[in-house]
Amino acid sequence: MAGLDLASALIAAAIFAGTPLLIVALGELITERSGVLNLGAEGMMALGAIAGFAAAYLSGSASVAVIAGALAGAACASIFGVLAISLLANQVACGLALSIFGVGLAAFVGKPYESLALTAVPAWPVPLLADIPLMGPALFQHPPIVYLSWLLLAGVIYFLHHSRPGLILRAIGESPAVAHQSGYPVIRVRYLATLFGGAMAGVGGAFLSVFYTPLWAEGMVAGRGWIALALVVFATWRPARVLLGAYLFGGMLIAQLFVQGSGVNWDIPSQWLSALPYMTTILVLVMISRRPSLIRLNSPVSLGQPYRPDA
Amino acid sequence: MIARPRLEPRARPSNLMRVASPILAAVLTAIAGLVLFAVLGKDPILAFRVFFLNPVKDLYGVTELLLKATPLMLIAIGLAVGFRANVWNIGAEGQYLLGAIAGAGVALAFDRSLPAAILLPVMFIAGALGGMAWAAIPAWLRTRFNANEILVSLMLVYVAQLLVSWLVHGPWKDPQGFNFPQTRMFEAAAVLPPLIETMRLTHAFPLAIVALAAGHVLLNRSFIGYQLQVVGQAPAAARHAGFSIRRAVWVGLLAGGAMAGIAGLTEVAGPLGQLTEHVANHYGFAAIIVAFLGRLHPVGIFLASLLMALMYLGGEQAQQYLGLPSAVAKVFQGLLLFFLLGTDVLAQYRIRWGRRVARAQA
Repeated sequence: MAGLDLASALIAAAIFAGTPLLIVALGELITERSGVLNLGAEGMMALGAIAGFAAAYLSGSASVAVIAGALAGAACASIFGVLAISLLANQVACGLALSIFGVGLAAFVGKPYESLALTAVPAWPVPLLADIPLMGPALFQHPPIVYLSWLLLAGVIYFLHHSRPGLILRAIGESPAVAHQSGYPVIRVRYLATLFGGAMAGVGGAFLSVFYTPLWAEGMVAGRGWIALALVVFATWRPARVLLGAYLFGGMLIAQLFVQGSGVNWDIPSQWLSALPYMTTILVLVMISRRPSLIRLNSPVSLGQPYRPDA
Repeated sequence: MIARPRLEPRARPSNLMRVASPILAAVLTAIAGLVLFAVLGKDPILAFRVFFLNPVKDLYGVTELLLKATPLMLIAIGLAVGFRANVWNIGAEGQYLLGAIAGAGVALAFDRSLPAAILLPVMFIAGALGGMAWAAIPAWLRTRFNANEILVSLMLVYVAQLLVSWLVHGPWKDPQGFNFPQTRMFEAAAVLPPLIETMRLTHAFPLAIVALAAGHVLLNRSFIGYQLQVVGQAPAAARHAGFSIRRAVWVGLLAGGAMAGIAGLTEVAGPLGQLTEHVANHYGFAAIIVAFLGRLHPVGIFLASLLMALMYLGGEQAQQYLGLPSAVAKVFQGLLLFFLLGTDVLAQYRIRWGRRVARAQA
């Protein structure tokens, strides 16, 4: 029985650790589906993390923190939008610049908040469901933001595959020229998709600093933004698969807990365990990318290419 | 209809703007810096002086500037080879760390048995091979499995950082080091001699100048440099001409890895004299900005390295004299790249106001 309790605790921890990846990757997925490749997720997460932490510290409200994170991420994404969408700059370079800038700015403005701590946001068990043996503690004893991330997934699936605006967004990602000639506002949709991606990256960052750790430290995002980008490729741009990938990586991120929980003294250096998520990212990228048809069929055709409407 | 700015493509990129836009970007960054300092309640002129002028007010300052610029030059000229072919090696920081590890490994093993004349060249080779080995992973995964080299090379940065951390906390920790996470100091045979007595600048600096010259020959005067450029600018034409894209990926990544590895070696065998986690100083990322700002051209890279090194020193000064976090340097570095990407638009396009002029009139 103790083993089963442990299993459900570990699943709960993996879900919790995977939630920011889920949120960030879903946002990036929408951005990429419109044809915009924003590699700045790491920087937007970092700024979302410090904005969320500062807001939570000053207001005492986790909801305010999440909103602050979203605004910070979207503000960051708007810089990217001006450069990459309006000024037609190279999207890879812009995303990289955003990552360097965001991580640097977060470290800069976050200095006074280092070594401060927040009280953890309490879990909100879903009535009835939380009492189901095993499944209940694993799935339904989380802070509300975890449940909201499931709603976000459902919303993204509905939007992309069952709504007219989602169809327009996908059409723009496939062929901005044709969409433009059909009268759709390519630039506006790409801006909105980029801002949404930025807002979600900011929320993911705020999740880390307000719900997960909960504290602010320079470098705390630790590559999760890049892992989220890899998750979108892993999911071959389909939202439902992002969920699977995010929780798989959540499991990797808490590998330390697994080892401790196993009760066996493995004597594995902590650095090796910490390297697991990064190695796994490479592994899944290779597994997905080795079948070029899989990528070609699913990736948005115009991904990463600037579009100038009056050409 | 309201007059709105439009971008109109130039028939060919403006050469003037290609040179002017990095300068314009630097000026805009300086202005943004003044505004930032003012917003933070610092006297902007004083802060500007502390950040940009104080670091180089004497010979020691100038040698420190060149010391910081050296790894940036080495890494950026290597990255330029790949960037020329549109091979996005974003993981130079990891390749730099592997060069530092490999060089340190050789130093720790042989610095008590080999003379400097043999040991130092071996350490250079080890550093280059370490960086190349790390870069070979994304090259192989890209050419064999089509895996994205941006994400793979970046993930390997984190793995490299953890590798350094493990080595200095574990197997390579100095037993007499009071439990600090660092290796023992290298013996004199494994340390690069200073270029000027009493200064920290080493002979790695002239080496970086040689590397820039060699990079110029490779990029602008050799057939392989031409092939890389064609692959980068017109992949379809490259295929028709029989230029191998796979080879461009390999050459681009291995060149970047080798130079980053050498840069890492010159840090552990230079100012540090041992392997510690402090070897990771973001040079691998800053060098990406240097390569872009320098237009992938050796002279440009030289100048851009000096500017970026100045930002490193300025950050330290700002921390010491203005009470600002040293991360202000990273903010400036990011801003610089933003402004560069923005002003670069002017090289490819001209700005037109108002409605499109009818073609017959033009």
